[in-house]
Amino acid sequence: MSDITNHTDDAHAHDAHGEHAKYPFLAHHFETPYQQFDSCKLGMWLFLATEVLFFGALFVMYAIMRFKDPEVFSYASQYLDTIMGGINTCVLILSSLTMAIGVRAAQTNKRGLLITCMALTLAGALGFLVIKYFEYEHKLHANLKWGPGFYVPASEEAKVAVEVAHMTNPVLELVSANPSEGASKVALVALPPADKSSIRAPKAGPNGVASPAELEAAASTHEAGHVDTAHLLDPKLPPNTHRFFAIYYIMTGLHGIHVVIGVGLLTWLLIASIRGRFTSEFYTPVDLVGLYWHIVDLVWIFLFPLFYLIH
Amino acid sequence: MSSATHTHGSHGSSSQSGEVQPLVGHLVSYPTLLATGTTLLLLTIITVAVRYVDLGEANIYIAIGIAVVKATLVSLFFMHLRWDRPFNLLVLVGSMLFVILMMCFCMMDVGQYQHTFIPGNPSAVQMQLDTTAPGAPITLKR
Amino acid sequence: MTTLDSRQIPTSAPDNYLTHTRGLLSWLLTLDHKRIGVMYMTAVLTSFFVGGVMALLVRTKLLFPGAVEWMSADDYNKAFTLHGAVMVFLVIIPSVPAALGNFILPIMLGAKDVAFPRLNLFSFYLWVLGAICAVWSLLVGGFDTGWTFYTPYSTQFAAGGVIPVLIGVFILGFSSIFTGLNFIVTIHKLRPPGMTWFRMPLFLWAVYATAVIQVLATPVLGITVALLVIERAFNIGIFDPSMGGDPVLFQHFFWFYSHPAVYIMVLPGMGIISEIIAVHSHRHIFGFRFIAFSSIAIAIFSFLVWGHHMFTSGQSPMMNVLFSAITFSVAIPSAVKVFNWLATLYKGSIAFNTPMLYGLAFIFLFTIGGLTGIPLAVLSTDIHLHDTYYVVAHFHYVMMGSALIAMIGGLHHWWPKMTGRMFSDFWGKIACGLVFVGFNVCFFTQFMLGSQGMPRRYYMYQPEFKMYHHISTGGSYIMAIGFIITAIYLIHSLFAGKKAPANPWGGASLEWQCSSPPPHDNFAVTPRVGDCYDFSAVRWDEEQEGYVIDTEAHIAAASNGKGH
Repeated sequence: MSDITNHTDDAHAHDAHGEHAKYPFLAHHFETPYQQFDSCKLGMWLFLATEVLFFGALFVMYAIMRFKDPEVFSYASQYLDTIMGGINTCVLILSSLTMAIGVRAAQTNKRGLLITCMALTLAGALGFLVIKYFEYEHKLHANLKWGPGFYVPASEEAKVAVEVAHMTNPVLELVSANPSEGASKVALVALPPADKSSIRAPKAGPNGVASPAELEAAASTHEAGHVDTAHLLDPKLPPNTHRFFAIYYIMTGLHGIHVVIGVGLLTWLLIASIRGRFTSEFYTPVDLVGLYWHIVDLVWIFLFPLFYLIH
Repeated sequence: MSSATHTHGSHGSSSQSGEVQPLVGHLVSYPTLLATGTTLLLLTIITVAVRYVDLGEANIYIAIGIAVVKATLVSLFFMHLRWDRPFNLLVLVGSMLFVILMMCFCMMDVGQYQHTFIPGNPSAVQMQLDTTAPGAPITLKR
Repeated sequence: MTTLDSRQIPTSAPDNYLTHTRGLLSWLLTLDHKRIGVMYMTAVLTSFFVGGVMALLVRTKLLFPGAVEWMSADDYNKAFTLHGAVMVFLVIIPSVPAALGNFILPIMLGAKDVAFPRLNLFSFYLWVLGAICAVWSLLVGGFDTGWTFYTPYSTQFAAGGVIPVLIGVFILGFSSIFTGLNFIVTIHKLRPPGMTWFRMPLFLWAVYATAVIQVLATPVLGITVALLVIERAFNIGIFDPSMGGDPVLFQHFFWFYSHPAVYIMVLPGMGIISEIIAVHSHRHIFGFRFIAFSSIAIAIFSFLVWGHHMFTSGQSPMMNVLFSAITFSVAIPSAVKVFNWLATLYKGSIAFNTPMLYGLAFIFLFTIGGLTGIPLAVLSTDIHLHDTYYVVAHFHYVMMGSALIAMIGGLHHWWPKMTGRMFSDFWGKIACGLVFVGFNVCFFTQFMLGSQGMPRRYYMYQPEFKMYHHISTGGSYIMAIGFIITAIYLIHSLFAGKKAPANPWGGASLEWQCSSPPPHDNFAVTPRVGDCYDFSAVRWDEEQEGYVIDTEAHIAAASNGKGH
């Protein structure tokens, strides 16, 4: 018996053709539905492994930043809304539950239940995003930003002054954009004495205590370019607090992107289940999106205590 | 594909409820799913409550411990890993081990070189450095 | 069916994957792993040409120390950065797994396709998108950070298209992840009956180990370059010590991927060599399990040694010692492979044709590359050698002398299978000789340059280095001639080459048991699997001008326990 190709009159080939006729969803390169299901599932798990590494690297970043400056984290965490975060956690857990029930519904041919579950899960995903939007919006409004923007921008005249000075000395930009006091000192040491006169104190401070309105009022009462808002600073504000928010935005933002992708996938599942595409024989997409949705939940389970629940 | 059929075959006839059985995969009962969901919600409430109790260093370990329990529940029951092929479990656990590996090595290192940092922007720092060759001990000009 | 019939199989089937459907769209939208492999190969070789031209520009500039009219110092920085980035991200990483692997892996395995054909095509277009990002970066001013994108240079100082190229790297990373994922699932789930793990050709073991690295390490690269983009665009300061950040952390993150990436590059090459050595010396591979497990061992070790890139960058002494010690242990699985290949050659009936010459060149160059790594793993000597031409020479011996040479060897080995045509063995040997000689002239000189203190990436050099630089540049020209000859005879063979038999070299693995080029579905009948390194049932057939395999005897020999 040669196993050189191009011979179809073989018992094995008949078997394979039979399986393909019986299961129209079976792709040509798989022999049985079991093989196809197993392959898809393993593929999804490997993809989830890459997600674990993807977020894992960020958790390493988080751990190191927190290890370096624990006071930044315990200080800044108070500005995150524990109630909103807690509600979001519950929303995600409940949507995970409906997803899991949805998988069971698909497995047991309960189309109505499947449609309900997909709709509920989708609602959970959208609800999560809405709450997240309000959280972000609130923080951005309060100028709790990721970088130098964490500080209230200087007045227009002051900006011009800095730009003029920047043209003559490129180091200056780093100084003026630099929230860390220690760094400013180093830069001042390094500058030639002639340039030191052109450096002014940072134009405004973080609004850890002061509201933007207060800062604005302070700025308007002072002479432009010589605003001293030092009295508005929270004396307990640790340097580089913006970094907490940078990591917060990056990690929850990446998680948010995954939720948005989840919304797309769930919408697709909802439409497909209304059209009755899934049966107890073929429900692989529901199962795989379910796995994806659970890992999104799983990541949030770690994000929530690490950002919102720092004592 | 070599061992594709036998594990799945065993699931087919194990139903008592008379429901339709899936061709492939494992069916998780409603009580199990609901119990898992409830436990997850309860743990969430506990972890929020613990935040307001000052336990010093222990706070973060408790928070992470609860998160690990929750993650285990999700992966075992919602993600079917309890009944799935062991290799899929290995994939998840393996990937987490690699994250832990990365975290351990990075943390071990970062803790030790922090004191060598000189705050400031690079050009300013460079002017202060008294080093002639790569790898030479870093000292400040005095 | 008897073996008599098998001889009457035409050397190329009337319908093969090249003629199955026609038209440009049938290629661009194909889900056939073979066509995707060929598209990958074309794209990779085109990038190889671009990267090669950059290398020649760099080497030509270095004929003259200091300023030259036609290349400013900035252009020089951009040229070597582009050379490095193109060669690493666009050429070597996808070359063997994505290009050759895509074509050969399912056939070797006896599968009809990879597990997820659409994902496979998607990963190719991600590659294209990544390449477009690199071009975009060039259009907005290029990038001169070196392929490692070290902070703070890349975040604060480097001008031009750093962000576009980082986006490109991010996308290429996902292309690589999806290829790896596809291969793991294919190897796990699509093996036909009888293809046990220990019947699997060693190339598949190597690609499997590579895929594990691709899946586990590449996401970290993705997140690292994403953080770099955010840092550069929004100035968040996580890598900036003046804002409380940590520049060494970037290197930890970068090398957590990029050291394993070295093995993404070289492991599949080792797999190819295992095939070439066994097939062309017509002798059972020595120590199958040792080679197989050494691939897995290398994959695991690769994650534990990234710190040896950071001995002089502020890493703590304790970690230096730890990473240095673990680095030495990588030598064990690597040496296991080399000794097993040598043992396979011993008393083999060696055919000195082009693929085999590349295989032997690999063993030679990889040994040099590996041994010269030892002084770099030693903490004390590394301080002297760090960032010198010694390092440049070392990693070129590993990345080019090993990974790329293996890729080109594999290309020759499977060229008859891919195209159905035989190339000119005469010119192949000449080109291989030129590449081998040119390579050694070019890079061995650089070991001397480096150990005498010539730093890498410099535009200017001291007069005493002039002779070495000239010799090195001369070597690069010899190599270039070799590659040009290779390109000419390979392209010539496409149009005028002799029709290839199904089994031109006498291989016993499954890909030699389907026609050249393979039919659309690879195997209409699920093939039966024997011992892929048992050549006792393979013999020369005058009629076909190729080898034929007595399948019954082959499988009987395997089941008699003559295999492993």
